[in-house]
Amino acid sequence: MLDRWFGRIGMLLTLATLGVLAVLLLNLAMNGLARIDWQFLTTFPSRRAAEAGILSAWAGTLLLMFVTAVVAIPFGIAAGIYLEEYAPKNRWTDLIEINIANLAGVPSILYGLMALGLFVYYFQFGQSILSGGLALACLVLPIVIVATRESLRSIPSTIREAAFALGATRWQAVWHHLLPYSTGGIATGVILAMSRAIGESAPLITIGALTFIAFLPPAAITSTPPFLSVEWLFSPFSALPIQMFNWVSRPGEQFHANAAAAGLVLMVITLSMNGAAILIRSRAQRNIKW
Amino acid sequence: MASAAFVAPTRRLDKAVEAFMVWLLRIGGWASVLVTFGIIVTLVTESAPFFAKVPLIRLVKDTMWTPLFADPQYGIGALLAGTLVTTGVALSVAIPLGTILAIYLSEFAPARFREAVKPMLELLSAVPTVVYGYFALLAVTPVLQMIFPDLPQFSMLSAGLIMGIMIVPYVSSLGEDAMRSVPMLLREGAYALGDGKLGVALRVVFPGAFSGLAAAYVLAISRAVGETMIVAIAAGLQPKMTINPLESAATVTAFIVQVSLGDLPHGSLGYQSIFVAGSMLFLLTLGFNLAGHALRKKFHRAT
Repeated sequence: MLDRWFGRIGMLLTLATLGVLAVLLLNLAMNGLARIDWQFLTTFPSRRAAEAGILSAWAGTLLLMFVTAVVAIPFGIAAGIYLEEYAPKNRWTDLIEINIANLAGVPSILYGLMALGLFVYYFQFGQSILSGGLALACLVLPIVIVATRESLRSIPSTIREAAFALGATRWQAVWHHLLPYSTGGIATGVILAMSRAIGESAPLITIGALTFIAFLPPAAITSTPPFLSVEWLFSPFSALPIQMFNWVSRPGEQFHANAAAAGLVLMVITLSMNGAAILIRSRAQRNIKW
Repeated sequence: MASAAFVAPTRRLDKAVEAFMVWLLRIGGWASVLVTFGIIVTLVTESAPFFAKVPLIRLVKDTMWTPLFADPQYGIGALLAGTLVTTGVALSVAIPLGTILAIYLSEFAPARFREAVKPMLELLSAVPTVVYGYFALLAVTPVLQMIFPDLPQFSMLSAGLIMGIMIVPYVSSLGEDAMRSVPMLLREGAYALGDGKLGVALRVVFPGAFSGLAAAYVLAISRAVGETMIVAIAAGLQPKMTINPLESAATVTAFIVQVSLGDLPHGSLGYQSIFVAGSMLFLLTLGFNLAGHALRKKFHRAT
């Protein structure tokens, strides 16, 4: 009797919790959907709410994500492989492990403070895309490391032993056998890490990301040799969550509608990335039977 | 021997590649340590000049936190009070709700329902926090104002409630993992003695998984203490020494945001004060993170 009641209450509470997500999405859609059109995506922010758009915001987010991915993915995967396949069991390895466990729980705003002191002022990168991208890369590094380790760990040791028996070095075993088997898990981790980075605003606010940016960073491809420019790395920037924060904190229904529209765009991006991660994970689990 | 001499050149190359890759991978491993090092060094060096100017005792003795005013006060308790209250509200949602969901999903829910619901629950912690802030301020606060007519536009209650929803998945999925790893034999033993499902869940599985659950709680606390955007948007930016969740007050994190929004010159006392607040935050969360890590390790060793 009691069991059946608890079963019902549990199911009800589960659905109610998910209901919050549904209400949130509905609220964003009701307030923001009307604002989303081609013009909203292709114009700069403006003091007049009805004319404002998110062009500089999504361009900034895109460039930030590029920097974050280029830094966090190789370092994260390398660290994961090192810790899982190479690291000897000793005090230093324990230290790295505790460090990663702590790093995963460090509040995002502290990455912003580190970036402010270290990247913006000490290395003189300024309040730039480079500083922001590096801050986000440090923030998501533990996610990539943990995902890499977990997917390597789930590969049975017989695979490694078979490779060693045929004379492979450890790296050859990793490169030809372990990494191909763990791409699903690593890809899931990378997608989740990037989706986390896209939604982060606190570290970007801390390094002083401007909220009113009515220009695009300089193009990466130029018409004069050497045809590639890194000037954009040092450009000030805006980003989607920053733009949304700016609109939320302004009084006025119209700006709040803009905030809802920007929020809707953010939600579509994060939910589809998370959906993709779930799909890849379940696919990988289904196809591999050891 | 002849064949060994024949393969030797490529073997030597393999070994060289191996040695090179070990170095490369080791650099990756140490990069994570470098990040922690970077955080600590920045916090210490940027907040040290603050303590050269302001005696430490004033952090405890003052009752207001107004480092940017003409007559500055440095009572960091005023910021900690905000963090304490919002965290408290969030936990009073997340811990009971997360625990019930964990028990339900681990012991009661049909397997297919569980597998469908788990990833959806985890979406709750993937929602960008600025979106939650928007939701707390513009959707939850008006509803709460129908219940508490005196509730101001910014309140720790609405920020804390939404923060609680955000951290439910931390409690429910870590908790569920912990409960599911309690051996089936223990459950069967209790069933054999005539206990019902809920009895087994509460008297056998819950105690058995307790250190795993405790780890989940501790990590949830750490998450709530460090959460920034929800409180900065919905709980207000004015530091206030109060423990009433119906009021508005700034948290440690919200103060950092508020100062960052202005344009403070590098090296000013205001600039240094956000690193003081940051150091406070780092120490708090470090304690919770290490405790959570230790509890998780203990639990994994036990099962």
